[in-house]
Amino acid sequence: MAFTFVALCYLLAMILAAVLIFFAIFHIIAFDELKTDYKNPIDQCNSLNPLVLPEYIIHIFYNVLFLIAGQLFTVVLNLPLMGYHIYRYANRPVMSGPGLYDATTIMNADILSRCMREGWIKLAFYLLSFFYYLYSMIYVLVSS
Amino acid sequence: MQQPGPPPPGGYNPMMQPGPPPPGGYNPNNMQPRMQQPPSNYMGPPPPGNMGPPNAGPGMNPTGMYRPPVSGGPRPQYPGQMMDGQQRTGQGLIRGPLPPSTSANQYGVKPLPGAGPPVGHMPVSTGQQSNYRTGPSPPSSSYQPGPAPPNGVAGPHAGPGPHASGPPSSRFSSNAHNRFAPSSGAMTNSFPNGSGGPPPTTKAPTQRLPNSGPPPSGTPPIGGSIPLPVAQVPPTIQQDRPSSAGDLNASLNSSGPPSARSSAAPSPIPSQQYDNLEGGIPFFPNSQGGAPPSAGDFAPPGQYPQQPNTYTSPPPHAGGQYLGPPPPGGRPPQHTGAPPTGPPPPTGAPPMGQNYMPGPPTGPPTGPPTGPPTGPPTGPPTGQELSRTSGIAGKRQYPQQPGYMASAPPQPGSGTAQPPTNAAQQQQPGPFQPSQVGGQSGPASQVLNNVIKKESTTMNDINAGMSNVRLQETRPLNLLQERHVLPPKEFHPPKPKLHPDYQKIQVSPDVFRSTLNAIPESQSLLQKSRLPLGLIIHPFRDLSHLPVIQSSVIVRCRSCRTYINPFVAFIDQRRWRCNLCFRVNDLPEEFTFDPVTKTYGDPQRRPEIKSSTIEFIAPSEYMLRPPQPAVYLFLLDVSFSAIESGYLSVVCQTIIDNLDKMPGDARTMIGFVTYDSMLHFYSLPEGATRPQMMVVSDIDDIFLPCPSDLLVNIQESKELVCELLNQLPAMFVDNKNTQTALGPALQAAHKLLSPTGGRVTIFQCTLPSVGVGALKAREDPNQRATAKSVPNLGPATDFYKKMSLDFSGQQICADIFMMGAQYMDIATLAGIAKFSGGSLSYYPAFHTVKNPIQAERLESDLKRYLTRKIGFEAVMRIRCTKGMSIHTFHGNFFVRSTDLLSLPNINPDAGFAMQVSIEDNLNSSSLACFQAALLYTSSKGERRIRVHTMCLPVTNQLTDVMIGADAQAISGLLARMAVDKCQTSSLGDARDALVNVCLDSLAAYKTTLANSHTMGALMCPPNMRLLPLYTLSLLKNLAFRIGMSTKLDTRVFAMEMFKCMPLLYNMLHVHPDLYPVHNLTDEGALLLQDQAIPQPNLVGLSSEYLSREGAFLMDCGDIMYLFVGQNVSPDFCSDILDAPDFASIPEGQIDLPELDNPRSDQLRLFVSWLLEKRPYHAPLLVIRDDSPDRGLFLGHLIQDRAEGSKSYYEFIQHLQKEIK
Repeated sequence: MAFTFVALCYLLAMILAAVLIFFAIFHIIAFDELKTDYKNPIDQCNSLNPLVLPEYIIHIFYNVLFLIAGQLFTVVLNLPLMGYHIYRYANRPVMSGPGLYDATTIMNADILSRCMREGWIKLAFYLLSFFYYLYSMIYVLVSS
Repeated sequence: MQQPGPPPPGGYNPMMQPGPPPPGGYNPNNMQPRMQQPPSNYMGPPPPGNMGPPNAGPGMNPTGMYRPPVSGGPRPQYPGQMMDGQQRTGQGLIRGPLPPSTSANQYGVKPLPGAGPPVGHMPVSTGQQSNYRTGPSPPSSSYQPGPAPPNGVAGPHAGPGPHASGPPSSRFSSNAHNRFAPSSGAMTNSFPNGSGGPPPTTKAPTQRLPNSGPPPSGTPPIGGSIPLPVAQVPPTIQQDRPSSAGDLNASLNSSGPPSARSSAAPSPIPSQQYDNLEGGIPFFPNSQGGAPPSAGDFAPPGQYPQQPNTYTSPPPHAGGQYLGPPPPGGRPPQHTGAPPTGPPPPTGAPPMGQNYMPGPPTGPPTGPPTGPPTGPPTGPPTGQELSRTSGIAGKRQYPQQPGYMASAPPQPGSGTAQPPTNAAQQQQPGPFQPSQVGGQSGPASQVLNNVIKKESTTMNDINAGMSNVRLQETRPLNLLQERHVLPPKEFHPPKPKLHPDYQKIQVSPDVFRSTLNAIPESQSLLQKSRLPLGLIIHPFRDLSHLPVIQSSVIVRCRSCRTYINPFVAFIDQRRWRCNLCFRVNDLPEEFTFDPVTKTYGDPQRRPEIKSSTIEFIAPSEYMLRPPQPAVYLFLLDVSFSAIESGYLSVVCQTIIDNLDKMPGDARTMIGFVTYDSMLHFYSLPEGATRPQMMVVSDIDDIFLPCPSDLLVNIQESKELVCELLNQLPAMFVDNKNTQTALGPALQAAHKLLSPTGGRVTIFQCTLPSVGVGALKAREDPNQRATAKSVPNLGPATDFYKKMSLDFSGQQICADIFMMGAQYMDIATLAGIAKFSGGSLSYYPAFHTVKNPIQAERLESDLKRYLTRKIGFEAVMRIRCTKGMSIHTFHGNFFVRSTDLLSLPNINPDAGFAMQVSIEDNLNSSSLACFQAALLYTSSKGERRIRVHTMCLPVTNQLTDVMIGADAQAISGLLARMAVDKCQTSSLGDARDALVNVCLDSLAAYKTTLANSHTMGALMCPPNMRLLPLYTLSLLKNLAFRIGMSTKLDTRVFAMEMFKCMPLLYNMLHVHPDLYPVHNLTDEGALLLQDQAIPQPNLVGLSSEYLSREGAFLMDCGDIMYLFVGQNVSPDFCSDILDAPDFASIPEGQIDLPELDNPRSDQLRLFVSWLLEKRPYHAPLLVIRDDSPDRGLFLGHLIQDRAEGSKSYYEFIQHLQKEIK
């Protein structure tokens, strides 16, 4: 019942996953506002773009911790999302600042619905991860 | 009331321009002083009277008035106003249309000065009332003042305006001043002079007239209650007002107002606000003030005399309007409601007259619809006519109407519910009819014809064209057997299967068109057809006939904000059902009120219900700031290669020549910046004798070397501007600087124009090489002919896109003319125009001496560019029937929200397309409608809304969908989608997608046919028979071809053109027209203005149709080729080309010599007729059969086989094989 490094990783990951859940919710709300005309796409993209990299970095950060802690199964669960993030960022529109969203194309119905869908899927993923990390942390604490 | 003050000035300005106008009345505070001055102006606004009041209670007005609806109070006033108005009344209406000259007269008439003043006072009382109205109302609003006034019509409005203005102005004032200051100053000056007396008065009169018309009789009576006089709907016919007189007036008006309002928000608009405007915010209290939009209408003093006439017209206004719409003719009545005819229903009855349509019932009496029209026609019709006629003319109409009535008598019987008498209503129709007549019927038109001969003929042509379209055959064709798929004449889009009444008023396919003329009921049916559903729109097209309405109320659906249009259903006299969201709305009383008869009646008499393309003069609720002045800034590249090409002298000379013709009013500003590796600014202070050049070499941190005088009033500093333009080419003749700092120049432009918005015209000859936005050559010349994917179709940096968005936020539009001989990265540079609503032009390898064709193109394009209409701070919203939504937009703009496009500028040569998706079943209605509303500020400072409505049937049959497909529109939309695909995916994918649409749709069609028909055949519905040909043309087009050497810039430019050109011009690029011209005959010739224009048949683009004995004219849109066969007869050479025989035809000859013989005349007539159909010029290049240039011509023969690509027949076979 010792508080090991592994347990610490899960604790941190759990907290960070909660943060990511908020990110995902924020994205969903932002895209919904675009869809319903409440916001100007330029403003909206300006507020979303700075959040993209931090999200990716947070996600990669706790996966690195898992790697160090030897939680390979957890890392494998997260690999697809990391891969998708890298792919997504590599194929972003030409832009000078950080971020993914281009105000001139975001209003295209295809792109908007894709972003929406992406937001929901990520929300679900982070939510499941949150509970998985919670469970894993307790499991580690109990089993050690 | 408040408003509009209209006019102007008063209202707006109050602060700003105080002086000028009139304000007096309006603004309480400032105003008074002004009032006195301008009185005249203000007066104009007859409303003055009203205004007066307003002023009186300035405070009140300001806000209160507009919004609230309280109408009650106000109205009473109206009567009063009306009274005043009476004198003027007639005049008011007319305004819009009037020819300049007339207008002048009008003013004269207006005399109003006297009136004006008085009125003003009166107003006071009214003012208060007005306030009440304001709010809501409409009524008062209607008065229009605000908006209207400007035009003249508004007189009444003016009144309001003032009020409104009053308040607003005050607020803004401070700001306004600052920003506008420069201009305003100018303005003021001008006002005093020009406008001074006359204008005001005039306006007033005018406005009133309209109103008055009604009022006199009607008002009181009805009035008591509420009749709103309003209606002024002066239907103006032409889009532009006459320039001459108009300008002055306009300037006056505009000047004042704008500034005032603007104060609030210089910068344009945050986006959301926009929405509100166009979309939806119903009433903005604040807004009012501004508006005055248009003063333009007023005529110059000189004209005054005539005014009366004009006014008269107004009354007719109704008529006028109608006219406008020519088409309307019989607009069908509303469906829903009881049948149109009012007859039956009591109220309904009223309509009759108007409706003509009523045809049914009423019809009889009058003589059906048509009959009536004709009669009346004369009078009402066009504004012009009116104007010409004596002052009374307007009245005349009325009389005529009576006549109608007589015929109609029966109807009268049916009393309308409303007070009005039936008779009155009938009469009304009369007026309207005229208009209709103009459009359609003979008799009426005859009368009109004299006046508007040209216009009417156009209309007739159109109508005839439509009706002549062959009935569509539904018999499927076997493409394998149809060798000659091309129609011998022009391609006509299929007509939707609509009720004949709707058919008549359907929007012109040149303006608004759908890829499918029968909308599938559900997304699944659409997918079964495998065709793209989309709209192609050319919203700001130059129209010869455009009804313009200045109405107190703009009737819109309360929930979706759709503008009332001919396809709505009237449930009864007081309610209408929106055709987009199906909400039942109340009909404002003003809408049923006929000022002519002072009666209430059938709403179908209104021009809004008779024409599917209409323009409103918007009240102040539609402004976020005072209308901006026209501001033009030119950025000229003066680096070594630019100077060497000689473009600078061409551009400078063309600008000098067209300086007076650039659209604008007295506030118009102009400025110049040149750049190489440094920026050169030119200060043109008033009173200076020479332009002063200031060089800014620090391009990393751009600043403006002096705060003012970089943009100067075009009128006041005209000599300096000319002097500068004359000197420019010589100043840089020895410039050895090869660098260009386009990025910093754009930043400077942004700083210069931010306060006002406007247009930046960029001339760029090389790749930008220093400062921000510097680019590198990305093209690998060795890869030009590769069959693999083409890289670098997208931008290299987002600097230009971001700059463009910044421009867009400040209502600045950037148009770029590119003239590089070397690679200049159009893919990146285009960004600057793409998102700011600009245009692109490319003159590859421009050189005045070495490449005279491009020089000729630049000169003529630039001339058109400088003089064409322009709309500032525009937004366009597309609405569709519930269940559908816009999926993707194509064109140059910034998408502000799901259905709103932000267009800092709109020009008549811009086209847009949008893909539509079907989200819900559309089975709740048998009709699907699309409405595009373009809100813009005209160059005269008026806020206007142009509305196009298209109505299409909904079907649940796959065959109907396929039969209604429009091959041209589909290929236009496919080309746009393919361009997107090139940029997001790859060129190869885009090509595959093009072929797949063709394959899938033909396969889908095949499933609707019995097997026995389709064995070994490639069946196709007749309207789609050109789809495979167009698809093949696209594959071989510069933009999408592979395997042949194509410069990256040329390719990208061709793509950009697909995205932003109207369909008609696109089609010439896709599939040029080829005519044999060696034996032109008068057979089937088109008679136009006493000249017979030969109409040779189109032939396919294949060498199969060429002959050595012939000569062929190919029209590629931006260039024409005359291909002369080797064995052409010597007669042809000498008659047409002034050469004794084939061998002596000079190489590279441009244009046809003007020879005095019938053959030469014929051909030149034909060529100029072709050129007139498009807005820009196309040089004609003569190509000999043995010339090295013949590849230019032969390369366009797309039905032939070329290296690496299929011939048309092979392509068809390929399709057939794939479909199996």
